[in-house]
This record gives sequence, structure tokens and C-alpha cells, in this order.
Amino acid sequence: MQAVARAINWNRLDDEKDLEVWNRLTVNFWLPEKVPLSNDVQSWATLRPAERELTIRVFTGLTLLDTVQNTVGAPSLMPDAITPHEEAVLSNIAFMEAVHARSYSSIFSTLCLTREVDEAFRWAEENPHLQAKARLILDEYKAGADPLKRKIASVFLESFLFYSGFYLPMYWSSRAKLTNTADLIRLIIRDEAVHGYYVGYKFQRGLERVDEARRAELKDFAFSLMFELYDIEQKYTAELYDGIGLTEDVKAFLHYNANKALQNLGYEALFPPQVCEVNPAILAALSPDSENHDFFSGSGSSYVIGKAVATEDEDWDF
Amino acid sequence: MAGVVFFSSASGNTARFVARLGLPALRIPIRPAEPMPAIEAPFVLICPTYSDGQGRGAVPKQVIRFLNDPRRRDLLQGVIGAGNRNFGATFALSARVIADKCTVPVLWRFELAGTDTDIQKVRAGLQHFRGMECLTV
Repeated sequence: MQAVARAINWNRLDDEKDLEVWNRLTVNFWLPEKVPLSNDVQSWATLRPAERELTIRVFTGLTLLDTVQNTVGAPSLMPDAITPHEEAVLSNIAFMEAVHARSYSSIFSTLCLTREVDEAFRWAEENPHLQAKARLILDEYKAGADPLKRKIASVFLESFLFYSGFYLPMYWSSRAKLTNTADLIRLIIRDEAVHGYYVGYKFQRGLERVDEARRAELKDFAFSLMFELYDIEQKYTAELYDGIGLTEDVKAFLHYNANKALQNLGYEALFPPQVCEVNPAILAALSPDSENHDFFSGSGSSYVIGKAVATEDEDWDF
Repeated sequence: MAGVVFFSSASGNTARFVARLGLPALRIPIRPAEPMPAIEAPFVLICPTYSDGQGRGAVPKQVIRFLNDPRRRDLLQGVIGAGNRNFGATFALSARVIADKCTVPVLWRFELAGTDTDIQKVRAGLQHFRGMECLTV
């Protein structure tokens, strides 16, 4: 018997999150051409050769992960989709990963020499840590693998593995370097947050359909995969950042993002707060105006009390 | 004394935060058909953010509906925002929008389901905030 071919009806939703996320992703659509990367040419020239090499390598590593997610990761989630709308959202995610991967090449062609970039792509193919993390994730994406474990791997890629790389453009931006490149990276960071949130949400919906023993098995799997990936990320981070003395600073950022990745899956934090204290300059580069609104302790932070806006009930539709 | 009212979508991040907070709390329903909680006393609102890149749509529709009632608005003492710093300048934007509209302070902001530090800060802060309320009432 042949399966009936079905048309997607967006006016009949099984899960309203699908439409909410579809709208968010499509409104946020962007292309690298929108960012004036060439304004960073002068700034690029102020970087020392080792800093330039580091930056190109970091971006190449990110390109590799985006390529995996575009060509394998997001498409591999489609056969597991519970709703047709989920498949449509995943097709958007897959395409945006291609845009991300393409963006790094825009940065390279604007700022770098072909020789330098070719060297970095060779480096990426030979780097044992980068290859090891890609392999761990790709193993879970294989056909026939566990659909819920596949979602765990996807969330860890989107919400954790990128951050050893994202740190560097945020660091340069905090020192007023490569600020246009940082603007482009922020667009990628924004997209990845929605991707991790959505796949993590679908994972939690999936958990509702399985028994307690299976839930315990998946949680064990998630935490041990996180440990394995973290172990690789530590080594990858040290190899890249020891030279400019930033390894410890990057590691705090890794811990902080590992906890957020686990939260996207509905799990509790793994790393305690004292090892997650991200350099405030990096947080500020991530979200300008990110100063804490600490009204409670009255520590002089810029909490906002609204300007008095006279409102009528009718215009209460903000 | 200020109680806690919160909204949380199907992803449940804010609901998890409130559960860990361990204080009595009323939930604004996800579905428009369900009744709004009855509010009789001053309260603090905990609200996630769903804005696009330009900041549109930050405040969930059900929260807007909830605040549309002037009696409820009068009892609002402050707002705690949830979100994700990955969204840059629009991080926890809904709290700022509500604070502006209702002339109340943004008390705290946290990411996703919050950290242990967020829980401690908010728990202690709300106790203190209640104390301040008592002095002025």
C-alpha cells in the first residue's frame, strides 16, 4: 500500500509553537550582504599575524559545524517530525545553517588572503579535536539512530559547540575591533538560540510520550554526551586560545552555554555558578544594554522605571 | 505583600523557574479560552519575551490581555523579565515594555529557566520587596 501524499495546512495546527517559531525565523531572515564587512578591513590590519590566524581558524571551525548542521543535522531531524509544520520549520533551520556557513566565506573574501584561508581549511580537516566533536555529533545523526538522542545532539551543537568560536568575535568587538563582523556573528547567535530552543522544545514533547525508564536513559545519555563534548571543547579551546592567554575566560563562557543547552532540553544546570561567571565585557558584547537590572540589592545598576505613559484601555495593545 | 503571577509558554522555562522559586504563584493561562487568575492583592509579574529582531511582539498576547484590566494593572508592583542574551538588545525586552507602560520597576532579568543565582536573588529580593511594601502601606 502506498502512503497518501499530504499537503501542509498552516490553518490547522497541532502545535502552535510551530507557527510561532516559523514566524520568528522568517521575520529574522538575513543575508551576509546586509552587513558592511568591508568596514572591518582597516581593523583587520591592526591584528597581529597570530591573532589573524586564530580568527580564521575559529571561523573555519564554525563553518564546519554549520555545514554539518545544514547538510546532515537539520535534515536528519525531518523524518522524526511529529507535525508537518515541524518539517517546514526544520527546512528553514537547514537553509539558515547554509547561510551561516556561507557568511564565514564572505568574511574571508573581504578580509583575508586566499592562501591563509586555504591553510585554515586544511587545518580544520586535520585538527583532532574539531574532527572528534563533529564525529560524536554525526554518529547521532546517522540513519536508524535514536530520534530523541538525535535531538539532544542537535541542541548541543546549536547551543554549546559553537560557543568556543563565538567567543572570539565578541572579544574583538569588546575591544572595538572587527565590529561589523561581530554584528554578523550576532545575527548567527540569535538564529542559533531559536534553533536550540525549538529542537529542545520538541525533545521535551517527545519525552512526554515515553516511560520513566526511557526518560532516565535519555537523561544519562544527555549528560554523558555533554561530558564527552566538554572534554573535547576544553582541549580545542586550550589549543586555540592559550597563545593569547584567553583559555580560562573562554571556559567560563563554555560552562555558561553548556548550562543553557541543558536548559533547552528541560534539564538542570551542570556547572555551578562560580565557574560560569562570564567576563562582563563579553556579555555586554553579546547583548548591549545587558547590565543587570538589580533593583533588589539597589547596587546602583540601571534598573528601568517606566516613563509615565498615560494609557487608555483601548490603546493597551502593545 | 506582593504575590507572584507568571506566564509561561508550552516550552515551560518560566514555569520551571517559578517552581524552583518555591513561592505561591498564579499562572496566566496559555489558552485565551481559559479564565484569568483572580487577583486580589499586589503582585510581581514574571514574564518571558518573544520578540523578533526589531523588538516587535515582545510581550506575550495573554499577558497583554491580563494587563488590559486596569484593576489588575493597579496591583502590579514590579516585573521580572525572562529571555536569552543571544537576542542581544531585545533580551528580556517584555519586562522593559511592561515597566514603561505600567510605571513599575524591572526588578530582575534572567535567561531561560534561570540559574541558582537568579533563584537566590529573586527569592531574597521578593522577601525584601514585601518588607518594603509593609513599611509604605
